[in-house]
Amino acid sequence: MFPGFLFSGVMGLFVGWIDRKVTARLQWRVGPPWYQNYADVLKLLLYKETLIPQGVSRVVFLGMPVLAMSAASLVSTIILVINGAPQSGFIGGLIVVAYLLLIPSIALMMGAFSSANPLASLGASREMKLMLSYELPFILSLVVPIIKCGYVIKLGDIITYQASAPHVIASASGVLSFIAMLLCIQAKLGFIPFDMPEAETEIMAGAYIEYSGKALGIFKLTKAIMLFIIPVFMITLYFGGIRFEFDGFVRNIFQYVLIIVLMVVIKNTNPRVRIDQAMRFFWRPVTIIAVLGAGLAYLGY
Amino acid sequence: MGLKEKILTKSIYVFHVSSGSCNNCDIELLDCLTPRHDIERFGIVLVGSIKHADAMLCTGSTNRMCVPRIKTLYEQMPKPGFVIAWGACGSSRGVFKDSYNTGTPLDEIVPVDMYIPGCPPKPEAVIDGFVKLIQKINQVKNK
Repeated sequence: MFPGFLFSGVMGLFVGWIDRKVTARLQWRVGPPWYQNYADVLKLLLYKETLIPQGVSRVVFLGMPVLAMSAASLVSTIILVINGAPQSGFIGGLIVVAYLLLIPSIALMMGAFSSANPLASLGASREMKLMLSYELPFILSLVVPIIKCGYVIKLGDIITYQASAPHVIASASGVLSFIAMLLCIQAKLGFIPFDMPEAETEIMAGAYIEYSGKALGIFKLTKAIMLFIIPVFMITLYFGGIRFEFDGFVRNIFQYVLIIVLMVVIKNTNPRVRIDQAMRFFWRPVTIIAVLGAGLAYLGY
Repeated sequence: MGLKEKILTKSIYVFHVSSGSCNNCDIELLDCLTPRHDIERFGIVLVGSIKHADAMLCTGSTNRMCVPRIKTLYEQMPKPGFVIAWGACGSSRGVFKDSYNTGTPLDEIVPVDMYIPGCPPKPEAVIDGFVKLIQKINQVKNK
């Protein structure tokens, strides 16, 4: 239970509160108290009615949140366990993580398409386009840590390699791929400027529109787990993983806060873009940055 | 006051229904979200879908075309859910009381839990209304 679902859920909701509080302070508001996200999720999970629209497949509609959450908790378990014991991983761990990070988006898409609502299918089609656009630079920026650490795709080897060598971020290619990755995870988490799948003011929560009660609570928990684990994943790739001695751990916390605050500031200083603008943005500048990073890494910079 | 009431009162998601309002109440609702009043510090958030909502906030004089829609929305709200009548029109149809087009006041269409008077209500009155709604939720439990 420790590195798995419960721990990452609790941590994720806490990080979600940091996000809401920083957002509120940037807008000169007070912001919600620390227990706000716990109250929201518990309310949905325990006390609210779950409504199922007429004529939808119950298995797909209710199964998809569970699938999304199990993928998210699995990826958080893999990353945390490998950070604790680098030798315990398996070959190709990075590829498994990259695939598992996709599953919550796909599950959300399937659930939205099954919910028989035009706005939900609009949101799901936007989610699909967004996924197609950010996956290319995401994979390309994953290539840089692989090359830098001597062509390994085992997560544990990436950590152990960086323990003795300089971190991936301390090179030109590392910085470039870190920037590309930061923009990709902004879209992966569905933060503004890339929140078109759930645009509140435009298509009324989009893909989530028909979800209520427990199903919605499980989706919120999934988002929280993803929000917690993706910065840890980036620390693993670029900053040499979590160190379990005192000053290393303090440095980890600084890196974590840096990534979160960067994400929240990007979120609060940008308006929502259109889906075609997002695709153009990811396929041109971000992909070029990621390719440059990969090329520099291949040449040894 | 058990855990259920604590959680329900700490996180109220509000869905806004405008049934023929003159837009003043709608603007005052947005005022509540601004830095000066900031109702998010009480956990009150405006949501886009009625299926996420805990409270249905009705502005406007409930004209004839809106009556079946309000009924549908009330049925689609996951229970426990609350209805708030906002402003003079929402509470009593206001100056449109004798109009041919506004046959039924809101509280004859759906059960209303809280009235917030004013034309439009000030944000302070809105916060006061939410405090009273929270007190009401707690009292229902204690009885």
